[in-house]
Amino acid sequence: MSTLDDELNGERVRMPRRTRTAAATRSRASGRKAAGTILGGYLPLIVATLIVALPLIWMVLGSLKSPGEVVTRDLVIFPHHPTLDAYTQANHEVDFARLFLNSTIVTVIGSAIKLLLALTTAYALVFVRFPFKQLIFPIILVALMVPAQVSIVPNYTLIAGLGGVNTYWGIILPGLGTAFGTFLLRQQFLALPTEILEAAEVDGASHFSRLFRVVVPITTPTIATVALVTIVNEWNDYLWPLVITNSAHMMTLPVGLTLLHNSEGDVSSYPVLMAGAVVVIIPVLILFAFLQRYIVAGLTQGAVR
Amino acid sequence: MSQPASHTAAPLRRRPLWLSPRRRRDFWVFLLFAGPNIALIIVFCWRPVFQNIQYSLLNWTLGNPSAFFVGAANYLEFFRTEAGHVLWTTLVFTVITVGASLVLGLMLSLVLNRRLIGNTVARAAVFAPFVLSGVGVGLVWVFIFDPVVGVLSIILRMVNLPVPPWFLQPGPALAMICIVFVWKNLGYCAVIYLAGLQSVPADLMEAAQIDGAGPLRRFFRITLPMLSPTTFFLLITTILNSLQSFDLIRIMTPTNPGTTTLMYDVYLQAFGGYNRGGYSAALATILFVILVIVTLVQVRFVEKKVHYA
Repeated sequence: MSTLDDELNGERVRMPRRTRTAAATRSRASGRKAAGTILGGYLPLIVATLIVALPLIWMVLGSLKSPGEVVTRDLVIFPHHPTLDAYTQANHEVDFARLFLNSTIVTVIGSAIKLLLALTTAYALVFVRFPFKQLIFPIILVALMVPAQVSIVPNYTLIAGLGGVNTYWGIILPGLGTAFGTFLLRQQFLALPTEILEAAEVDGASHFSRLFRVVVPITTPTIATVALVTIVNEWNDYLWPLVITNSAHMMTLPVGLTLLHNSEGDVSSYPVLMAGAVVVIIPVLILFAFLQRYIVAGLTQGAVR
Repeated sequence: MSQPASHTAAPLRRRPLWLSPRRRRDFWVFLLFAGPNIALIIVFCWRPVFQNIQYSLLNWTLGNPSAFFVGAANYLEFFRTEAGHVLWTTLVFTVITVGASLVLGLMLSLVLNRRLIGNTVARAAVFAPFVLSGVGVGLVWVFIFDPVVGVLSIILRMVNLPVPPWFLQPGPALAMICIVFVWKNLGYCAVIYLAGLQSVPADLMEAAQIDGAGPLRRFFRITLPMLSPTTFFLLITTILNSLQSFDLIRIMTPTNPGTTTLMYDVYLQAFGGYNRGGYSAALATILFVILVIVTLVQVRFVEKKVHYA
């Protein structure tokens, strides 16, 4: 037999023959398995994680560097004297505090209204009688197919005509109609036991209190999912705010960063740009780190069932 | 004969169902609850589709109150001039990003599916780029790809490899955008594939193993066929996703012709300095038709697997 077998047999002298060979086969197999686990398991796992993590770490390191440490053809991994200068400079060139405030206002108001609309629409579609209700759901579903990309020119004309350029309502309004949240919540509501709602109806509860006292408390995980996905999307939204704002005072963070990128031509501005990227990326990353279960569930919903 | 029958008959006839007080109340509740959302969707999703068609027949400068009817001239101009280039770019971008995301996503999901220490952390980590701002991500990669001071260029020079002119030439620019797009979307494909893998029955795999099928054979004969619904779903969603990609292109290569996809051209023609409202609307209409076709393919084939209700 093989040398490995001989070695093992030599070590375990007093074992009965059958057990000895079995043990040898097992340990040889487990040795090969361990190598396989490392090469086919841990190695790619670590590589994949690094490919994702390194650019983000590089972003944070870059934002802490001085321009001199960036304008070089040599590799400078860690800043020698970590500095927050880039952040103050970025705040000086475009009003970062203001951009952050704008993004926060748009995200909070936009998400709150979208969530409320999704809740009431899904409730109405599932629990309220209405003639030709079956025809209404497709109207909403089609909206999933019409991205902002297709509708920018007509929506710009309409909103600009109403005086919505450089206003909060102009940024928020066109995105308010929500198909994603309605779709997800409707599925959840359809799965609820009807007895609960019938009992509430017999008790004389209005639709309003049935929604907020009965349905909402028992579907909080799905509502959290919809809320989180909506918040992340509003925060990251770019195309529409880019089109509808041109005053630095009213821009959201992603739009303001474009301005920073355009105004900063030379390479010494990378620390400033990385500071901007940190401000737009890190809040979402923190949210994701703590609540990723809900966010992943929401974004992968409908794939496999 | 023509007596006014209503006087005598009305009180006897039962009221139609939809007139009962509860039905009537439900009618108004429905309008109150679902009405605003439906109205918003009609005004900001449906109306633009039809208005695009109307605009697309006009020679109209964005912001100009007057326009004149030119029929199909915008479409003809597109197909005579830039269609070949723009549609080819869109096709190449879509095929590369979708192919790479699916293949790499599947490979990654096979690793994530193994019982390894820390793979829940790794799963979250690889999914993370999918939820990050495209603008922020684009800036980070501009920094990495910078031909002089970018870390990638520095490493390439260290190992004596040429540094492609990422930002100057069409080919390298498209390659760069594809790389970043895949980086951002890979985790999504991996996580969806992972869910698919976990629904492959374990006894099927065991039976094949007992029958002496090796890992490769099991993968191609069992895993891959069992995953075909997942693959199809991902194919469609990733195609839709890459047809709509905008953020990365706008930030990384805003003026490079190599990355002018159909979607980006819609933006460029209207808001990139040309203000060509009618022409952009024509492009948006073409884009919408493509999106509808892809979605219909999905509905046609997945209807039995994806339950909307």
